[in-house]
Amino acid sequence: MGSSRSSLRRVPDGQQLLQETGFSAAVLLRLHQRFQFLDKDSRGHLRSEDLEAELSENPMGDRIVGAFFQPGQETVDFPSFVRVLAHFRPTEKNRTRGGEQPEPANSRNRKLKFAFQLYDRDRDGKISRTELLQVLREMLGLQVTEEQLQSIAERAIQEADLDRDHAICFDEFRKSLEKVNIDHKMSVRFLE
Amino acid sequence: MAERWRSALLLCLLMAANSAANSAANSAANTEAPAPASTGNETTGTGHGTATITTLPIVTWKWHHVEVPYLVALWVLVSWLCKLVIEANHNVTNYIPESALLICFGFILGGMIWGADQVQTFKLTPTTFFFYLLPQIILDTGYSMPNKLFFTNLGAILVHAVIGTCWNAATLGLSLWGCHQAGAMGNIEIGLLQYLLYGSLMAAVDPVAVIAVFEQVHVNEVLFILVFGESLLNDGVTVVLFNVFDAFVSLGGGAIDAKEIVKGIVSFFVVAFGGSLLGTVFGLLVSLLSRCTKNIQIIEPGFIFVLGYLAYLTAEMLSLSSILSIVFCGVCCQKYMNANMDENSIQTVRYAMKVFANGSETIIFVFLGISAIDKTIWVWNTGFILLTLFFILIYRFIGVFILSWILNRTRLVPVTFVEQIIMGYGGLRGAVAYGLAVNLNETNIKEKNLMVCTTLIVVYFTVILQGVTMKPLVQWLNVKRATTTELTLVEKVQNKVFEHMLVGIEDISGQIGDNYWRNKWRNFEEKWMSRVLLKPSARKNQDRLFNVFHQLNLQDAMEYVKEGERRGSLDFIRNESAFVDFKKKLEEDYEEAMPDIMADMADDQNGASVMRRDPVPSISLEMHEQNMRGLREAEVINSHHLLDQHLYKGRKQHRYRFSRSHLDINQDENEVQEIFQRTMRSRLESFKSGKMGVAPPKTITKHTKREPQPKMPNGRNKNYHSGDEDFEFSEGDSASGYDTSFPMRVGYRAGAGIENPAFMPDLDPSSPLHIPPWLADAGLEVNQVAPSERAQMRTPGHLHRLASLRSRARSGETDQDLPPPPHRDDDHL
Repeated sequence: MGSSRSSLRRVPDGQQLLQETGFSAAVLLRLHQRFQFLDKDSRGHLRSEDLEAELSENPMGDRIVGAFFQPGQETVDFPSFVRVLAHFRPTEKNRTRGGEQPEPANSRNRKLKFAFQLYDRDRDGKISRTELLQVLREMLGLQVTEEQLQSIAERAIQEADLDRDHAICFDEFRKSLEKVNIDHKMSVRFLE
Repeated sequence: MAERWRSALLLCLLMAANSAANSAANSAANTEAPAPASTGNETTGTGHGTATITTLPIVTWKWHHVEVPYLVALWVLVSWLCKLVIEANHNVTNYIPESALLICFGFILGGMIWGADQVQTFKLTPTTFFFYLLPQIILDTGYSMPNKLFFTNLGAILVHAVIGTCWNAATLGLSLWGCHQAGAMGNIEIGLLQYLLYGSLMAAVDPVAVIAVFEQVHVNEVLFILVFGESLLNDGVTVVLFNVFDAFVSLGGGAIDAKEIVKGIVSFFVVAFGGSLLGTVFGLLVSLLSRCTKNIQIIEPGFIFVLGYLAYLTAEMLSLSSILSIVFCGVCCQKYMNANMDENSIQTVRYAMKVFANGSETIIFVFLGISAIDKTIWVWNTGFILLTLFFILIYRFIGVFILSWILNRTRLVPVTFVEQIIMGYGGLRGAVAYGLAVNLNETNIKEKNLMVCTTLIVVYFTVILQGVTMKPLVQWLNVKRATTTELTLVEKVQNKVFEHMLVGIEDISGQIGDNYWRNKWRNFEEKWMSRVLLKPSARKNQDRLFNVFHQLNLQDAMEYVKEGERRGSLDFIRNESAFVDFKKKLEEDYEEAMPDIMADMADDQNGASVMRRDPVPSISLEMHEQNMRGLREAEVINSHHLLDQHLYKGRKQHRYRFSRSHLDINQDENEVQEIFQRTMRSRLESFKSGKMGVAPPKTITKHTKREPQPKMPNGRNKNYHSGDEDFEFSEGDSASGYDTSFPMRVGYRAGAGIENPAFMPDLDPSSPLHIPPWLADAGLEVNQVAPSERAQMRTPGHLHRLASLRSRARSGETDQDLPPPPHRDDDHL
């Protein structure tokens, strides 16, 4: 696709992003178009409102949007946008990579880390009971009472908490999900 | 020890029954000729009244009257007794699949008959097989097909079914012909066309055999559905290939030109799609019928059987694919029937289907064994037989590998090499091939007997040998098995998080993926089909909880009551010192019925994946005299229940509309609305707290108000302020009549922070009865405007109430924290 090569130049850091994220040129272009579409005022970066507009009916909407932004930042530019989306690329099996190469964004570990960060908003490396409560609250219907929520959260932490610190650290999180097919459940097929 | 005596006794019974049947048959056959001396039973020939009588007979022997039905019933009995004997000892069936043992029993029985008669009086005739034994098996598979799994993998299944079968047929036919030309088979008269015909009848993987073997092995669902779906759908191809080549053979080699070949290809499409369409029509008919059968619940279960059978026969009549027809009939009507019919009827249908299907399967295998013991059909040609076996295996594996390699490039979750091996090895041939072989036309095909024999040998090889070795192979290769463990809470929550995440990411990145088409289908289905085919009450309940959980809770309740009766009163629930420990135990036997996965009911809820495998859960009650542990366990089960009930569904299960301005009847409006409002509220809060430095509101707490609230007229704001502010709520549905039987136990802590009632769910909390949670979501007749519009319209209007609220809150606030109910399980009663 010769034309995509040339239009790739319009994409900031196009080549580097290709390498980093593993997307194909066509997909990257498409994402760039999407970025420009979302960026209604053509600022070159997105604010949270632009993303939130797409997600108001999603219970995890705010968290997902939050995950795009680095802590403290108010805007997200195209490379960061793509880097976050790269987490959702389907994993390729049988990939051999040298030891020095950084872990690809869509490895199982990185995916889990992304999921972990959805819970752990204060980024202290642990999911505390309050944080879990917040997530549960967001995901459960309003019929569920506070006590019921608490009991679910308490029970969930008990099941997963191995070192008895009443919080779930990343390792415990990963362990509790070892039977889940993360590759399948956290992948989106990116179309050209 | 006792079991062995029982088995021996049964065997003797079998043999006695057999010899009785034989002699009866003999006497029937030989009434005109002098009866040969058989095993000492009487043979009188005066049964049928043509002889002249001289005195009034008190009792007469009327064999002729009852001959045919009697023999049929007797054979059914005998086959089922064989199964009884086999299942008497579970150790054997762990190693050898039941089907293999049944075939062996068939051999024994056949041998006995042969010994008695020197002639094989009983065999599996194609008519019996295709018209009386096969349909119910296929109907059962269609009805209990896990629809979601099936349609998700439909592409792969179709590729394997169509291309794989054609590949098998072509390669087998051509290779055999090649070998024939090379002289490996000696002197037999089979031409190229006949080889191709033979290839086409041997090519198809047989659903009966696949079920029989795989049901004991429990491989993971995707693998199972691939093999099984292929075995069902390839009937379309088989029928076409067989008919086409049969016609070609009759026409003779010379008459085949391009026109005929084109016709052949066209006939494939007609047969396959025609059959499926016909089945779908019948399925919809059944669903429609089930909507109207409220008054005849007693025969409600019967309709599916009758209409399913009619679908099968109609397809046969029109020379379309009958198996496809009945499969799609079952697939289409599942959902609507389960929603419309009364619970008793649902159970009846399920059980009856299983009985018929299993019964037929047993009979088929026994007769497959019996049919072998027949000297007249046996023609042995080493080359032909061995080469057939060899080629079948080889080409199956090659075909599977090639196709999987192609498919894996487009699948999200590839099929691993090990799974491909199992797929190849699972290409079992069975009774369908045998039936087709016996149907061959002898005048055109001189070597029919050879073909029949080879088919039988292949069937025995695959069913017995491959069946026996399948389980060890699966274990040795460490194939991923079906998950039977209950998910942990974290897993459940996380699965939901993933779903929402994926939907969100797809939205952000503007993808139109599988989800898009799935949503389109769901929208269409909900709009048109559900409206016509579901009872109104069923529509309301439809996508709410998991009727499975309803049943579960019902059974919980029943157990409580039983336990209460045992103890004298239900007071034990409130008793701290003894707790009832509920464990749900899957019935062992139901693991066999693996295709019986009511996935549609549980949809995507992983929490119900356990329930999916178990149509009839049984609850075993264990009494513990422990305090905390019992309480905690009950809490565990409750937590799981709660999660499964209340987790917001991801968009996959929603009717998610891409156009907000679109009015529609959307039962998920509530959830969507809730989520939306909550999101808006939290954004507003963070905005406000950013501006005014006010603490964010406390979380919503439970609150129940026992006094009945007056029904709220439409469009009016009502604020209830008793000296304590119990709760405030925004106006009810302004648009239209609101079904006030929707009780939400929503409580708000009054006046906490910026508790804006505008953002509270727009519901009439006028009946704070303790409606059990599973009914709480029921019965919402929604004629609402889409939430976004309303919320948008209303937000500015209600902001002014904030100020007034807060002032009121400050003055008269009292917390109404009622004590938690005595025992949480009460909620489920």
